[in-house]
Amino acid sequence: MPRIDLPIVARDIRKNIIRMLALAGSGHTAGAMGSADLFAYLYFGGEVKVRSNDPMWEGRDRIVLSCGHYAPVLYTSLAMAGFFPLKELSTLRKLGSRLQGHVVRHMEYDGRRKLAHDQLPGVENTGGPLGQGVSVAVGMALAAKLKGEKHRIICIGSDGEMNEGQTWEAYMSASKYKLGRLIFIIDRNKIQISGNTNEVMPLEHIEKKLESFGLRVKEIDGHNFDEISSIFTWSVMYPEQPKAVIMNTVPGKGVSFMENDYLWHGAPPTKDQAIDALVELIGGNSK
Amino acid sequence: MKYLVDDISTVEMKGDRDGFGEAMMDLGKRNEKVVALCADLRESLRLESFANEYSSRFFEVGVAEQNLIGVASGLALEGFIPFAASYAVFSPGRSWDQIRVSVAYTNANVKVVGGHTGISVGPDGPTHQAMEDIAMMRVLPNMVVVVPCDAAQARKATMALAEYKGPAYLRLSRPKNAVFTSKGATFEIGKAQILREGKDLTVVGCGPVLYAVLLAAEELKGEIDVEVINMHTIKPLDIETLVRSAKKTGKVLTVEEHQISGGLGGAVAEVLSEMLPTKMKRLGMRDAFGESGDPDELLSKYGLDREAMVRAIREISVVSK
Repeated sequence: MPRIDLPIVARDIRKNIIRMLALAGSGHTAGAMGSADLFAYLYFGGEVKVRSNDPMWEGRDRIVLSCGHYAPVLYTSLAMAGFFPLKELSTLRKLGSRLQGHVVRHMEYDGRRKLAHDQLPGVENTGGPLGQGVSVAVGMALAAKLKGEKHRIICIGSDGEMNEGQTWEAYMSASKYKLGRLIFIIDRNKIQISGNTNEVMPLEHIEKKLESFGLRVKEIDGHNFDEISSIFTWSVMYPEQPKAVIMNTVPGKGVSFMENDYLWHGAPPTKDQAIDALVELIGGNSK
Repeated sequence: MKYLVDDISTVEMKGDRDGFGEAMMDLGKRNEKVVALCADLRESLRLESFANEYSSRFFEVGVAEQNLIGVASGLALEGFIPFAASYAVFSPGRSWDQIRVSVAYTNANVKVVGGHTGISVGPDGPTHQAMEDIAMMRVLPNMVVVVPCDAAQARKATMALAEYKGPAYLRLSRPKNAVFTSKGATFEIGKAQILREGKDLTVVGCGPVLYAVLLAAEELKGEIDVEVINMHTIKPLDIETLVRSAKKTGKVLTVEEHQISGGLGGAVAEVLSEMLPTKMKRLGMRDAFGESGDPDELLSKYGLDREAMVRAIREISVVSK
């Protein structure tokens, strides 16, 4: 298999995010754009075990999206990886679509579905109200431990999410139960919906807080594929501890007029802004 | 079907939470998919034995009800059948958003167990007396809501909920209550039980307070012929049994240790007002918080003891004649 060019994959992810959000007319841009490199690595880096033709395969690594408003980056990555047709991306947030505004995982019993639409393959959790996926990931890691399974649980959360007390409850329990295959990746983009994180609710010293909760902490540049890759070689060194990766990213990464501006947290591009953004992305200028 | 013990005047006293604890031990042995989680109340929720006997399948998350529910959801998504227990004022009280999103919307096979419900919690006072939990839970799509009436039924309900695939809420109380259902009585989720047949008036109740209803009905024998329905499943409500009985008697009294809004009384009123408008009265907390006291004193003061039932039954019978 030829080595996949991750920067190009990431650029395509960003292009799709812009298109999807412009077509939807609502949604969250900054976080999805900022974490595109991570998602390129997760679904195309060859490290994380997922199967697009067998999405619920028992041995898969679980990718939990706790910051459910990052949905466009996950959806795009799943479609590009073959979990469902790419053309479906244009249905984001539209009536009857499997691509809900925030991620949803719905359990079926004996073929009984109680959801207004079909389940999107590859989605592991329901997310949106912040903090919930962090606990769900702990439950999944406990389940894996109980069953003696070796897969990893990779939970992607955001820094703003850490305002929620539930995240800290979850960290304590992950630490108590020594969930060594559980990796929390925290997108440290320093913005949230109403402003910069240091103004809305300061989090520093974030690494000290996490360490004191019993997590093994690593800080990386979320736009550097070597550093993203290092998460997985590093994490195996501490089998008895859950991990927290503080992933520094630029919100809105790749589009100069979106970068580092909290106003893009919860806003989509207009059609004209989308064209400008796509031109910049196609120019390969990812700053 | 005969649901009652032979003589309801001499009954064993036992906590419905003890029935739950016994069922969990049974499930621990029978079904390795069953796991239990608790938020620092394992003795109170009668999970101590399960925690000791099946320690690898018991998770103590500390005083953290939001995480309790989220972790339970994660276990359910991986195929386990988690029973997540705390006091109802804390869960669903503090964990309702987690229940809504990670359990109900996700349709996760989590059994939320809320203990210490009703005014009969007693001396701990209103902070610990859950009087709103049925309303909170029954409004959630995909959620089943079960309120057992005694220890024997709590045990059967727990077993039934482990079999049932999907989100559910089990409501338990604190005191030792009369065990008035028989050992052989069946339990089926969503199937109401006619504990006593009558033609003048229907009392629809749930939980241990039904014992006072039965005593009141007995006291009124010869004067008013009371039908008593144990509506142990608030959701899905057994509409057929309810409407059939209301049609027969023409008068319905609801009884619950819960606010009169949103709980059993609310559910019954919703159904009857649409399908068969019927003269009704609701007994329960009347938009108020309670206070500390002995359970019996509180049940008496807040109109949920036998005397109050007799009064209410007479009142509604007279008014509508």
